[in-house]
Order: sequence, then C-alpha cells, then structure tokens
Amino acid sequence: MELFRDVNIDWLGKKWYFLGFSLIFSVAGVLSMLFWHGIPRGVDFKGGTQITVPFNSQPNENDIRSALSQAGIKDPTVVRVSTATGVKGNDVIISLPQSSATDQAHDAGREAVENALGKYYHDSGFGQPSVDIVGPTAGKQLQRQAALATLYSLIGMLVYLWFRFELIYGVAAVVAVFHDTLITVGAFSLLNQEITLTVIAAILTLIGYSMNDTIVVFDRIRENLALSRRETLPDVVNRSINQTLSRTVLTSGLTFLTVLSLFVFGGPVLRGFSFALVVGVLIGTYSSIAVAAPMLVAYQDWRKSRGKTAVLPAKKARV
Amino acid sequence: MGKNLKGKAAFIIAILVIFVYGIFGIPHGVSGTALKDALLERIHLGLDLKGGVHLVYKVHVEEAINTTSDRDVQRLQQDLATAGITNVTVHKQDPVNHPDTITVSGFPADKGSDVRGVLTGNTYANYDLSTNADGSETMKMKPSAIRDLEASALQHSVETVTDRVNSLGVSEANVAPYGLGDNEILVELPGISDPGKVEDAIKSTSKLAIYPVVSGPYDSDQAAMAALNGVVPPDEWLAHGQATPGSPDQVYVLQRASVVEGTDFRDARPSTDQNGRPNMNFVLTTEAGERFYKYTSAHSKDSADPGSMAIVLGNKVKEVASILSGIHDNGEISGSFTKSEVDALSLMLRTGALPATLEVIETRSVGASLGEASIHQGVAAAIAGMLAVMIFMLIYYRGAGINADLALVLNLVILLGFMGFVGGTLTLPGIAGVILTIGMGVDSNVLIFERIREELRAGKTAASAVQQGFAHAWVTIVDTHVTTIVSAGILFLFGTGPVKGFAVTLTFGLLANLFTAVFVSRVIFDALLARKQREAALSI
Repeated sequence: MELFRDVNIDWLGKKWYFLGFSLIFSVAGVLSMLFWHGIPRGVDFKGGTQITVPFNSQPNENDIRSALSQAGIKDPTVVRVSTATGVKGNDVIISLPQSSATDQAHDAGREAVENALGKYYHDSGFGQPSVDIVGPTAGKQLQRQAALATLYSLIGMLVYLWFRFELIYGVAAVVAVFHDTLITVGAFSLLNQEITLTVIAAILTLIGYSMNDTIVVFDRIRENLALSRRETLPDVVNRSINQTLSRTVLTSGLTFLTVLSLFVFGGPVLRGFSFALVVGVLIGTYSSIAVAAPMLVAYQDWRKSRGKTAVLPAKKARV
Repeated sequence: MGKNLKGKAAFIIAILVIFVYGIFGIPHGVSGTALKDALLERIHLGLDLKGGVHLVYKVHVEEAINTTSDRDVQRLQQDLATAGITNVTVHKQDPVNHPDTITVSGFPADKGSDVRGVLTGNTYANYDLSTNADGSETMKMKPSAIRDLEASALQHSVETVTDRVNSLGVSEANVAPYGLGDNEILVELPGISDPGKVEDAIKSTSKLAIYPVVSGPYDSDQAAMAALNGVVPPDEWLAHGQATPGSPDQVYVLQRASVVEGTDFRDARPSTDQNGRPNMNFVLTTEAGERFYKYTSAHSKDSADPGSMAIVLGNKVKEVASILSGIHDNGEISGSFTKSEVDALSLMLRTGALPATLEVIETRSVGASLGEASIHQGVAAAIAGMLAVMIFMLIYYRGAGINADLALVLNLVILLGFMGFVGGTLTLPGIAGVILTIGMGVDSNVLIFERIREELRAGKTAASAVQQGFAHAWVTIVDTHVTTIVSAGILFLFGTGPVKGFAVTLTFGLLANLFTAVFVSRVIFDALLARKQREAALSI
C-alpha cells in the first residue's frame, strides 16, 4: 500500500497562503491573550486551591455550591469532570481563588471545603479528595522554571542544529517551533483552557516533535543540495518536501492516532496534556513545510539581494 | 544465515533477556498475580498513580544566617571590650533584608586601627570588611560563607523532617532537597491521604529536653510509685525509656522543669574525649548556657549535691548522664557510648529543633481511587494507541510491518527494563512519555521504510535498497533523536515533578529506539534477505 508516489507540489509557490494562515492564527491567539481570556493559568502557576472530590453517586453542582456558601467559602468554582465523549462523571473539581492559599494559611481552604461538604451536603457521600494547593511563592517559581526550561531547550536545539547544519537552519527551525508554541498557547487562550504544568510538558513535547519533523525535511534538503548543484534552491526545497511527504503524513497521522487515543481514553488528568498535543501535532507538521523551509529560501534571497553568496550548500552530513 | 548475523541475533536475544529480567526480576511464580507483584516490586508507581501526599516546604534559611551573625555581634562586643575599645556600637542595621551585614560604629577616629585589628582577626574570616566615609566599619558575610550556612541549614532541615516523617511510619517516604537552589524540601508520602495530618506532624516540634533525675531507674511504674509512696509530687513526673540502647524499658522520676530544651541547643557534634572514647560536644545558646552552668555546677560529681541528668526526646528517656563538672554553653556528654550511639544522639540533638522556619508552599494529594482510575486510563490509552499503530504498520508495510512491530515491542521491553534497573518511578506524565516514545519509534521505522521504497523505485536490488535506506535514514534519525534527547535532558535538569518524570521515560525510550529501530530492524531485514534469492522482491 502506498499513499503518495511521485508527488510534485509547488509548496513554495503557496508561501503567501501559508503566511496568511499562520498570521491569522497567531494574531487571533495573541489578541485573545492580550484582550480576551489572557493566558488562562492553572492552579500550578496562579496559585490557589483545587480539590477533586469523588462523590459516591451523581453529584448536584448547585447543592454543592450552596453547601459551600453556607460555610462562608467565597467565590468557589464548581465543575463536574466529564469524559472526552461528554458524559459527566461523579468527580467534581472545586477551585478556590488564589487568596485561599497564602503561604501562611496554606491548608485552610482544603479543610474548609471538606468540612463544608461533610456538614451541609447530603445528596451523596464522597471518597478521599485529591488536592492541589499552590502557594503564591511556589506558583511564581513554577512559572519561572517552566519558562526557563522552555527557553533553555530552544537554545540547546539551536546550538545542536548550528553544529550539525548551519546557523540559518537552526534559526529557521527555532522560528518554526516558536510559531507552533504561539499558536498552541493561543488555542488554549481562545478556548479558555487552563495551562498547567502538564500542559507545559506537552508543549515541550510538541517542540521536540515539530523540531523532529523540520529536521527530516532539512536533512533531505542538505542531501539534495550536495547532490545537485545546478538546481535552484526553491526547486531543491520543493523536491525535498515532496520526497519526504509520505513519511511526514504517515508519521504525523500515526502520532496523531496515539495522541488522540490519549485524549479519548486518557482520563481527565491527561486532558490538557493531550489537547495540547492534538493541536501541536497538526501545527508542528504544518510548520516544517510552511514556515521552516520557506525561511531558508527567503534567507538566501535576502543574502543575494545584498550581493553576497549563498551559504546554504551545507556541510556534508557526517555520522 | 551468516555467522555475523547469528552473532547479532544472539546479542539481541541477550538484550531482550536482560531487560525482561529488569522488568520482572526473578518472579516467584508464573501466574498473573506473581508477575504483577514482581513488576511492581521493581517499577515504582508515582504518587499520582498510587495515591499519596506531596508537599514542598520552603526553608527560611535567612534565619540561620541571622542566628550566626547575632552570635558574631555578641562575640564582637566581647572582643572589642577585651581589646580596651569602649564607646563602640556593634549592631545589624537591617536584620530583615540584610541579615549578613554587621556595622561597627561610634568609636573615636584614633581607635580605628585597633578596631580593624580586632575585625580582621581569624574569628571573623568569614566577613569582608569595608570602611565607610564616616569612619565606621561594615562587615558583610562572604558569599561562600552564606552558601555554606544555607546548605547546612537545608541539610539540617532535611534530617529533621526525615526523622519526623519516619515517626509517622510511612513506608517508602521520600524527603529530599528540591528545586534549583531555592532552599526547598520535597516530602513524598505514598499511601497517605490526609495532607493536614502530615503537615501537623512535620511542623510540630518533637520536644527535646534535659531534666534533672530525682530517682531511678525502676523496673516498672509500680516500683517507682512504691518508692514515691504512691503519689507523684506535682513538680515531678515519671518517664519511661532506656538509659542505654538495648536495655529493657525502665522508669525514672524526673523533675517537671527542664534544665535546657531542644531550642536551647545551637549545635551538637559527635567527637572523642582525651582517652579516645566517643562522646558528644554540644553548644547551647548564651542564655541557656548560664542556666545550665548554674544547675550543673550545683550538682556536679564533687559538689555537695551530686546529681544526674536525663536526656528526653518526645517524652522518652534516651540517656542518663552523671554530671562531671559545671558546664557553660559548651559542653560534652560522655559515658559508655559507642561511635554509632554518639552519632545518633548528636543527630537527635541537632534535629530536636529545626534551624529555620518551614513553610508549606505546595501541597498535592491524590486519593488512591483517583490514582487507580488514572493508571487504568493511562495504560488503556497507551495500549489502544500502540495497537492501532501496529495494525496500521502491518497493513501499510505488509512484511516489513512485522519488523516495525517487533522493534516496537522490544523498545517497550527495554524502556520498562531500564526503569526496573534504575528503580525508576512511573508517573502519569511518564506514561505519556512512553506513548510519545512509541510515536518516535514508529517515525524511525517509517523513515527507513519510505527510504527503502524510494531506493527500490530507483531500481536498486532488495539488498542494496535496504543498505542504502538504512544508511540515509540513519543520518536523519540521529539528528532527530539527539535533538529530542537534548531537549529532554534540559527538561530533566530544569523541570520539576511531572515534567521530570516525562523527560526520564522519553530519554530512555529514545535511547532504546536508536537500538531497536536501527539495529534490530536491520538484523531482521538482513536475516530475511539472506534466505531469499538475490533478485527476490521485498515485502514492504
């Protein structure tokens, strides 16, 4: 069985469509981050208390709310956990705002909620709740660490690509990856999905994945450049993308399949994680073809316009 | 099959056996439960999968710096007085924000060199000295000294918390420094569900004190009560414990008011006396030292009223010592100690009180039932994803699909075996890492197979297409894997908690993948080709 054979698509000819597409999504995401939902931060980064209560039978959210307000708990968010297929389960997530978890009275919110449910909520008993309490100090620190980890891993990959290819390849790959991250975070903002530590792990995974995809194309460009010196760069890039297209589609499709199974069967804890990956796999595949490769050509055109020779014919691959 | 090929096949089987051993060890039986037990013995489940409490404490190490600089302020005042310099003020201008800075001022200008003579003495080598415009002197603790103090306060806190956690009787508890130089402690307690109780136990000070012994030891409460004529006087109490480790439980009558308490100890270190026997040196705070001297000089061996002291931890008598002579703030406890006893006792004294305040900044607990649900869902997702991929590979690549599927299964075995050998912990994000490893494993195979097909289309023979396909794909596979391992390594270094667990399985998985997708898959191809005619077609 074969899906693609001798495809001959002029990818670079469509670069303006790509640019338009990328711009629409990036700008929409950025606008939402700036003016609409902001970057919805989960309890990990914003601090606060989040309690997941497993009720024995079907819980009633309104009764839970009134039980909490009877006990004088302010501004709780009560959400019933549902599966990917939309069926609501017996687990309820109760979130208290940031002010509930100061570094001084760290555990107070949890105790209050457990007491309130025990005292005022009679619809159903509940099992041992799971708790996430993040104080403001820890929240800030986790935020800083996540940002640093992302930054360092980008630099690490840039340096490796510089060493293996040329600096411009590294830059193009990192720009593509940044584009993916921006659009994914934008998607979280547009859908008002909370970004937690696990989502950060997913974003870092998608960075690795998108990078992987880009390198496959770059490797082929390098190989083809070394073979045929007479072809123009846009032709080489087009041919390389086409040659690797069936691999790209297969791998993305299969990865998408695994990630989708994670999204559907992985349970609520992995929901944010798998959502980021579902978006990320699609956008990461797209960016290798539509962002990274055209950047190489654009760079060479720019060098030419300044009267310099192209640097692209890359070092020969050595392994 | 060529000789070389046989060797390679043997190598692969050896690897397989080694890593299957890594996963299961030597199981006690071959039934399903026995295998599951063996598996869980070697691969630990994270708190998110089996339930438990995860706490992060911030240690206020600046308090330890303050304690040290306070002591140095006191010492400076004495030293300056001894050197005949009067009218001098020694104080810390801003103990909250700059606990490391001491100012010496108010002395006449002509005494400047004398003052500097004292300040540059060996005692204060941990400080950098600078003269201000108004003639006063500023001493600032050296960064290296601050780091040492912080490190020792953190270490000390970890020891204390470990002791307290152990008193809870939790198996497989983990207490360790956490974060990146942020002076934090991570406490992980599997199987515990109420974070409130744990926080209380860790933060409560297990009280350590030294009490004057009124009488004892007695063999039982009855014996002690008999000696007291049936009534315990209001200022005395009965304490149980062992004067020497291993001896039977005995009862002592102690005074209710202690001589010194845990918070009065500044330090305690194991040491040896002049005869080379192990003993313990301790340092008390100045105030407690005075109190202690009054008591000990009044009750020393040669005094009119000789007595002995009981060291009591958490209301248990740990040691009874006779008083040799009056003791100030520096003293030693000697007796028939062994080295390990002294080590244990000084550790106990040091951990009796925390060196700095602990503050909880992060609490996470997972109920056991939610953990169980997560593991079922995570494993189900992994298996579903993997099966879908394997079936697809068989359909799309036919014969070669078997290659890919074998490589995939072996990859999983090696990954889990790795985890078993290093005693790794499998968390939910870790399972996600496994799933992504599967994805990358498939990618390597797809890269190789597509390349082989390309070479076949270009008219090459099966053998040379396989050879070329692997050669070209290898370059790409190395690049993609190294890049991802680089980023996973960075995640491991800078990430915390879930991010770390993810990085671990991903790195192991990618390493395994380099072996299975490239080496194992190649050997299978070669084995197939060796059996066929030179011109036979390849099922791909």
